[in-house]
Amino acid sequence: MAHGLCQLATVLLAAAAPPDPASQHWAFSRPSRPDPPRVHNTTWPRNNLDRFVLARLERDGMAPSQEASRRTLLRRLSLDLVGLPPSLAEIEDFLEDESSHACEKVVDRFLSSPHFGEKWARWWMDLAHYGDSDGYLTDQIRPVAWRWRQWVVDALNDGMRFDQFTIEQIAGDLLPDTTVEQRMGTGFFRNTLSNREGGADLEEFRNLQVVDRTGTFGITWLGLTLACAECHDHKYDPISQKDYYRLFGFFNNADEVNVAAPLPGESIGFDPAKKIYGEKRKAVLLPVAEEFEALQKKWEAKLLETEANPGRDHLWDRALELLGLVWGGNLGEGQLEGLNIVHTPWEERTPDQRDRLQDYFLRAGSLTDGARFAELKIGEVVAQLDKLANDLPSVTRAPTMMRRRVPRQTHVHVRGNFREKGEAVEPGAPAVLHPMHGSGDRLALARWVVSHENPLTARVTINRLWQELFGRGLVATSDDFGTRGARPSHPQLLDWLATEFVRREWDMKAMLRMMVTSATYRQRSTASPEVMERDPTNTLLARFSRQRLSAELVRDNALAASGLLNRKIGGPSVFPPQPASVTAEGFENKWQTSTGADRYRRGLYTFIQRTSPFAQLATFDLPNNNTTCTRRVRSNTPLQALNLLNDPTFIEAAQALGARLLRDRGGNSPVAHRLDRAYSLCLARPPREEERRRFEAYLATQIAIFQAEPEAARTIAGEPVPGSDLVEQAAWTCAASILLNLDEFITKE
Amino acid sequence: MTGEQRELQYQPRRGFLQQTGGGLGAIALMHLLRGDDCRASDRGTGPPHFKPRARNVIFLFMAGAPSQLDLMDPKPEMKKWHGQPVPASMLKNQEDALIRGSARVFASPRRFQRYGRSGIEFSDYVPSLGTVADDLCVIRSMHTDVANHTPGQLLMNSGMPTPGHPSAGSWITYGLGSENRNLPGFVVLTSSSGKGIDAGAANWSNGFLPSEYRGVTFRAQGDPVLHLTSPNGVSAATQRARLDAVRDLNHMHLDRVGDPAIASRIASYEMAFRMQRSAPALLDFSRESKSTLAMYGLDHDTTRPFGTNCLLARRMVERGVRFVQLFHSTWDDHSELDKNLKTNCDMTDRPAAALIRDLKERGLLDETLVIWGGEFGRTPMNEVRRGNTKGKEGRDHHRFAFSMWLAGGGIKGGQVVGQTDELGYHIERDPIHVHDLQATVLHCLGLDHKHLTWRHRGRDFRLTDVGGEVIRKVLL
Repeated sequence: MAHGLCQLATVLLAAAAPPDPASQHWAFSRPSRPDPPRVHNTTWPRNNLDRFVLARLERDGMAPSQEASRRTLLRRLSLDLVGLPPSLAEIEDFLEDESSHACEKVVDRFLSSPHFGEKWARWWMDLAHYGDSDGYLTDQIRPVAWRWRQWVVDALNDGMRFDQFTIEQIAGDLLPDTTVEQRMGTGFFRNTLSNREGGADLEEFRNLQVVDRTGTFGITWLGLTLACAECHDHKYDPISQKDYYRLFGFFNNADEVNVAAPLPGESIGFDPAKKIYGEKRKAVLLPVAEEFEALQKKWEAKLLETEANPGRDHLWDRALELLGLVWGGNLGEGQLEGLNIVHTPWEERTPDQRDRLQDYFLRAGSLTDGARFAELKIGEVVAQLDKLANDLPSVTRAPTMMRRRVPRQTHVHVRGNFREKGEAVEPGAPAVLHPMHGSGDRLALARWVVSHENPLTARVTINRLWQELFGRGLVATSDDFGTRGARPSHPQLLDWLATEFVRREWDMKAMLRMMVTSATYRQRSTASPEVMERDPTNTLLARFSRQRLSAELVRDNALAASGLLNRKIGGPSVFPPQPASVTAEGFENKWQTSTGADRYRRGLYTFIQRTSPFAQLATFDLPNNNTTCTRRVRSNTPLQALNLLNDPTFIEAAQALGARLLRDRGGNSPVAHRLDRAYSLCLARPPREEERRRFEAYLATQIAIFQAEPEAARTIAGEPVPGSDLVEQAAWTCAASILLNLDEFITKE
Repeated sequence: MTGEQRELQYQPRRGFLQQTGGGLGAIALMHLLRGDDCRASDRGTGPPHFKPRARNVIFLFMAGAPSQLDLMDPKPEMKKWHGQPVPASMLKNQEDALIRGSARVFASPRRFQRYGRSGIEFSDYVPSLGTVADDLCVIRSMHTDVANHTPGQLLMNSGMPTPGHPSAGSWITYGLGSENRNLPGFVVLTSSSGKGIDAGAANWSNGFLPSEYRGVTFRAQGDPVLHLTSPNGVSAATQRARLDAVRDLNHMHLDRVGDPAIASRIASYEMAFRMQRSAPALLDFSRESKSTLAMYGLDHDTTRPFGTNCLLARRMVERGVRFVQLFHSTWDDHSELDKNLKTNCDMTDRPAAALIRDLKERGLLDETLVIWGGEFGRTPMNEVRRGNTKGKEGRDHHRFAFSMWLAGGGIKGGQVVGQTDELGYHIERDPIHVHDLQATVLHCLGLDHKHLTWRHRGRDFRLTDVGGEVIRKVLL
């Protein structure tokens, strides 16, 4: 419901209160620390948060809804905190726990589950617009993009504080004594697209990457639509075009670089092997080393000359272009890394840079002197080097950012045209916000973002955590805290939460714990008709808002309920089955369907091919992965129905769930028992009487159909359950499929 | 949408449920088609802004950029320049990565001929188009901002060179809705002579609009819509029994919870079932006459893929599908242009002309706007990267001038609009930017491009970004 509501809110609020003069705009001054207000009903609030909500309701003469049933609450908590349905044991334990802190206990358990990071990584990945491929025409794969995803999952599971989380992602590479782990945080900014299409203008697309990074940074941490100021001063917010390019300057001086980031176990044996490799490599090259070096220097000089004088020799133009386009393709390496090495003086290069550029030169540098290349039999040398490299144990790399060796001077781009350079600017903060201290590099920027003086970061972030739970932010436009954005529905609550976030040292888990144990969160989602009518959008929070599950959770829940889910955490992206025609929508994409348990991983791990996204995820509103997304749309379409009804993955889940139910032969009344179990697995509750009757009627109908169509029964039943009748099994498969299709199944109630 | 329906749209929720009494016919469907999310938006599915000329659009998108100089912008003067560098004056102030000063003019080897009363010229590669020349409005003065495929295709299809924005089909179905209860409002059909479509599914993305406005790909073979066919073992009886149970159980939940989102979920299942039933009829050509099938070229392997899509497009607009977009890829002929161009023309020329003729014969052309074209054009020069071997010549990307044609719904046929210089390098008269074309398409549908907007990231976005002027010359 998100954007329709927020549009309404924007309209209403804009009508009620004209925008502030920009400089006095509420979001640009630091949040004060309001005292929790007095309330009449003193028994309802469970914590301070509730007092803000209740005070507002009381002001409007409204009362909160009753607490949800324990089963509903448990399922809600489980979906919200780990993204999976509660297990039968979890339901039982929770129902049996009569202590007054049963809820808090279960919350703590969910918060310390390794699945917590999997659930909570996703909204952050939406902001970074994570993908496993380059985008654009060739959309080559990025086989190590997942390293950053894993970094996020791990950081969240470890309870990394949001200030540190921020610093490592904006500038982990610049921290004193930085570690590989910290550098990997900067992979946040490696989710920009890379255009490797022949003929693409390298500077144009590098500029677009910086534009994307600047805009993504602004929305993610400041909740500001900075992109509006790329071409002109912001029309509504006090962000000048110069302010924009001052922020742009930080990212203009950051280059892409992949680093060796060994996975556990990989570094063992690598270092000695690398040493041996280095020696052998030297030996292979020794006879021709001097001449190679001379040739390579000639090649590099020619490239630099071509760069300075384009259009003179199309073969060299092409060679230069190719180096920029193809470097590290299908490996997910930074596109301009090769060129950057060429720009680095020979003696300043690291051994790794030297080897890598030399490798490229030996394969692509024959234009320098084709005859000499042939005489020196460079092809054979390359073959020998390939063989050596094959013996080297691999070390998985990770995408990161690094400071540019020689800073680029940033200019204002006149009307946003990167070719038309205006006034020179230095990196710095927008004038309307607090001043920045430090050296003007990304680390200073990161510290400025999480400085206590920053009026935006804590508010923007807490608002998104709130949105993830309640379906709608306290500021409905979670992408825009500017003057055109919606005003907060509960300004004091927002400020109290923001200051509380900082007071609790940016501890996200602590804030989530407070929110989900509140009385506000525990309300039912079924409200009285009066409440529905008075507040259809639930702005005032007199109930909980029902929310359709995200695309990933729709998948995860079907797999979990059926028992098929592979709960493995982390690792490279996987390729679950989907119709071949989906991949064919891209230019030349491939989809090597995963086998075995990898077919049943959580949706988080599904490979995101930008130009032909995974069908089930796209159908359920996976956001466009090419640009930052702060709140997902939740639509409701016939294609979703077809997906849940007919997609082989969901049929497989139905078969597994049907078999799971059949295997349990408990009691005198197996049908009733199975239905109880089916409902508990899928909805964490037993069926109501009318539902039970409807299911029994359905089973009778379906069994009659399959008795007349025994062949069909055999086909749909799945792997036969020993001792079961195939017709019965087929009917239970279809019954299971019905559960997976219920609105309630794909909804957080 | 009837007046009554429109009124009901603004009923408070409880009233809505009471009045429909749980019998969730057209109302829930309307809710579904408009989506949960856009009830408060300034448009949503609704009547046009003003009286439309066209109800439907068929966009024959020629991905990869066909060579206008070899199809519909004849340049006899090029022969004089053949093998020579382009005059320096033409290259002044050019900052395009793909335009190289060292390239030499490559005169078109094609022969052109005048067709019809209008005398519009087409090359010998597209003779069938010639037979409907009097219905076509050929624009020779299109220009665009970018010269790489993905940005170019996105600009043409979504008004922005970067991904993430709604395509024209999404904007239009968002603006006008669909007139068919059983089929999506925006359908995509693809065919190719080799490689796929450069920008892929981003070309029919809903961008930031709700996903019901995403183009739905129909395939001529296999499942026409993803997961449209029930799985093996699920007969019609089983499917109906499943759906009945899902409906009844959802209803019980709706009665308890009272959330209209459940009503639209129920309606979405009914529409899914109707799609399952009506799509096969849509794809069943057995009632088409032999001569119709032959006209579209379904009797030949070469023309069958694109011909099938053209015939499907006609059958879809007959059924009220709002926006049908055909993608044929790829026309990206950097080398061996003459041979490759022939391949694509052989595949598409006859079916495209058949579509025009068939729509006209059925009285559908007046209300159906047909668009043909790619994301940009191709250079008057041979491409320098590939050398000058005879027959191997190709043309590079050219954004400064290219050709498209329009027909039907509100378009004045039998005319040429715009003119390029003697090499076809620059536009000399009536330059038409991609945004102008988009503004014109919306205009034909009765939509003001400046008022079809969506608030996103703090500003109102529209198909034409911040540009676009309706091209009066092409209109009736």
